[in-house]
Amino acid sequence: MRDVAVVSFAYSNVARDSSHNETEMIVPVLQEAIAESGIAHNDIGFVCSGSLDYLQGGPFAFVAGLDAVGAWPPVRESHVEMDAAWALYEAWVAIQTGEVDSALVYGFGKSSPGDLHEIMTLQLDPYYVLPQWPSMVDLAALQACAFLEADGATEKDLAEVAARSQRNAQDNPNALRKGSITAADVLKQPVTHHPLRDADVFPITDGSAAVVIAAGELARKVSKRPAWIRGIEHRIEAHGLGVRDLTRSESTRAAGEAAGVASGNVDVAELHAQFSHEELILAEALGLDATKTSINPSGGALAANAVMSAGLVRIGEVAQRITNGEADRGVAHATSGPCLQQNLVCVLEGE
Amino acid sequence: MTDVFTARHVIEYPGGYTRSVGPVIGRFLTGLRDGRLLAVRLTDGRVLVPPTEYDPATSATVAAEGDHWIEVGPRGTVQSFTWVSQPRKGKHSLDKPFAFALIRPDGADTAILHVVDCGRADAIRVGSRVAPKWRPERTGSIADIEAWLPLGDGEEPEPAPLHVPADDEGPVTGITVPIRLEYELTAGIATTRYLKGLGEGRIIGGRSPSSDEVYAASRGTDPKSGEPTSIEVEVRDTGVITTFCVVNVPGLSELAPEIPYVSAQILLDGANNTFFGLIRGVAVDDVHMGQRVKAHWADELKPDHTSIQWFEPTGEPDADYDLYKDYL
Repeated sequence: MRDVAVVSFAYSNVARDSSHNETEMIVPVLQEAIAESGIAHNDIGFVCSGSLDYLQGGPFAFVAGLDAVGAWPPVRESHVEMDAAWALYEAWVAIQTGEVDSALVYGFGKSSPGDLHEIMTLQLDPYYVLPQWPSMVDLAALQACAFLEADGATEKDLAEVAARSQRNAQDNPNALRKGSITAADVLKQPVTHHPLRDADVFPITDGSAAVVIAAGELARKVSKRPAWIRGIEHRIEAHGLGVRDLTRSESTRAAGEAAGVASGNVDVAELHAQFSHEELILAEALGLDATKTSINPSGGALAANAVMSAGLVRIGEVAQRITNGEADRGVAHATSGPCLQQNLVCVLEGE
Repeated sequence: MTDVFTARHVIEYPGGYTRSVGPVIGRFLTGLRDGRLLAVRLTDGRVLVPPTEYDPATSATVAAEGDHWIEVGPRGTVQSFTWVSQPRKGKHSLDKPFAFALIRPDGADTAILHVVDCGRADAIRVGSRVAPKWRPERTGSIADIEAWLPLGDGEEPEPAPLHVPADDEGPVTGITVPIRLEYELTAGIATTRYLKGLGEGRIIGGRSPSSDEVYAASRGTDPKSGEPTSIEVEVRDTGVITTFCVVNVPGLSELAPEIPYVSAQILLDGANNTFFGLIRGVAVDDVHMGQRVKAHWADELKPDHTSIQWFEPTGEPDADYDLYKDYL
């Protein structure tokens, strides 16, 4: 295995970007990540992106993103119709092949132009589930209901997660929902999707993120403290919600075990929990102890969740804390599919 | 910037999206049409409903025929639920508030996602007993169950109204799923600038500060470098046909002329990218690479693509191949 590290990270979120098209939205983030990487634009060996055509409502909409990359002379490029955390996985594999030493990974998406909760319904089983049009929030609420019933947790536990997210997010310029609030404040909100309240559900977010990763000596040369990827794994569960145990995340547990989460201290964890109960399920699956690990210090996805980049942001947030010396070792998690169907776990460490 | 253009956009598959369901799902849907809930017993003894073509745990094949097919329900138990206070018109089957629930039919080990019509949010809980309310007319779809209704202690489920098959009715092989999504798209700064130019009879492009190359109708970046084309540059409405296509297929768009017609890539004077346009005012057979053309503007200019109706030859001598060879 080649040592690969995150050497730069940039991202941007707004509630609704009504000024820029997607290409224009990506440009500043890509420029920042490339500039901060210390690697010349044309020396980056591979480019991989994550996006979702249905967010723009057009086929091959992701191709326009390449206008922001600067793809001349021709670049080695790939795309995943998933969160860009999976694009980072592909880039990491590309570096493992030995053919390239660095990669630019980016994800982007605007959730505001369409009805995101409805768009996500299209990823469901088209025979039994899609025709009934449950929204992604409806499905998350079914998982929350099952979790509370089985775990003995209460709506107050969910509110604690939601309130902590908003408090942590206060220092994060890219967070949309933030404030000095308590669980009691959250519990005063009406339940919108039993048992969830607005604060338990991620805010609609337009945004993008970019990361540059590099191998071995190159990473050491360009970064004062590279955030080394010690393990990166992803696992998926059945798509039928009725056949899964929604009260726990076996795929996260298996990915975390394979990535080596438990083989050292976890100073910081960024979990792609788009709903309050998901953070509790994920923390349990990864064996995290909230007294020893700072969970979602950025505010996490409850503070801002730009679909298709929010998972990559989790990796970037952990890497940045390692690079600036706040943490020595951390865990990043990204999710895709309904109710935490697919999960990616990345263990990062400084030297 | 507040005056960026937006556009309403709809994705819809007219008549719905048709899907073949295959023999396993088809058998389950045929069961629904008959008013029965069919399930399959997997090799480890678990009973799977609704059935899939594979065991979700082992991926082993689930055969479409055999005595592992059994009937479950119709009574079921709510495993989890959420309340939908505002049904989505044209999407949800009920036009009044309802619950989505995972319901485990009696005799099954898995749950089915469906609608519970229980009137009020507090009339459902985990463990509630429910039974299907069957539609009188059934087509072989998940919507053949209109909703599940709460079932009191000792209460008998309402049987499905008899399905009288048509003479030529066979097993269910397909379903139709209407899909409609609505968007409000943002053109962005560069595209808005370009479209406004069209409304003024001008073609606006841009270039980045570090490049001499001008891109007409760009999305806001120099696609070679990825840098913003922050400098606005007007290009000419004349140019050179770099390549073209004679279209013999009718009805490709509302703007399309009678076939045969020519669509072409045109290198506009002052631009470093090609521009799409129709070619008219010349016999189809006389269109050629290197031909000089000029935009024919609409009498009434609007900030959209209708302002340039087509390009037509200027009569100038053809351009040298070297001038446009890098744009093919």
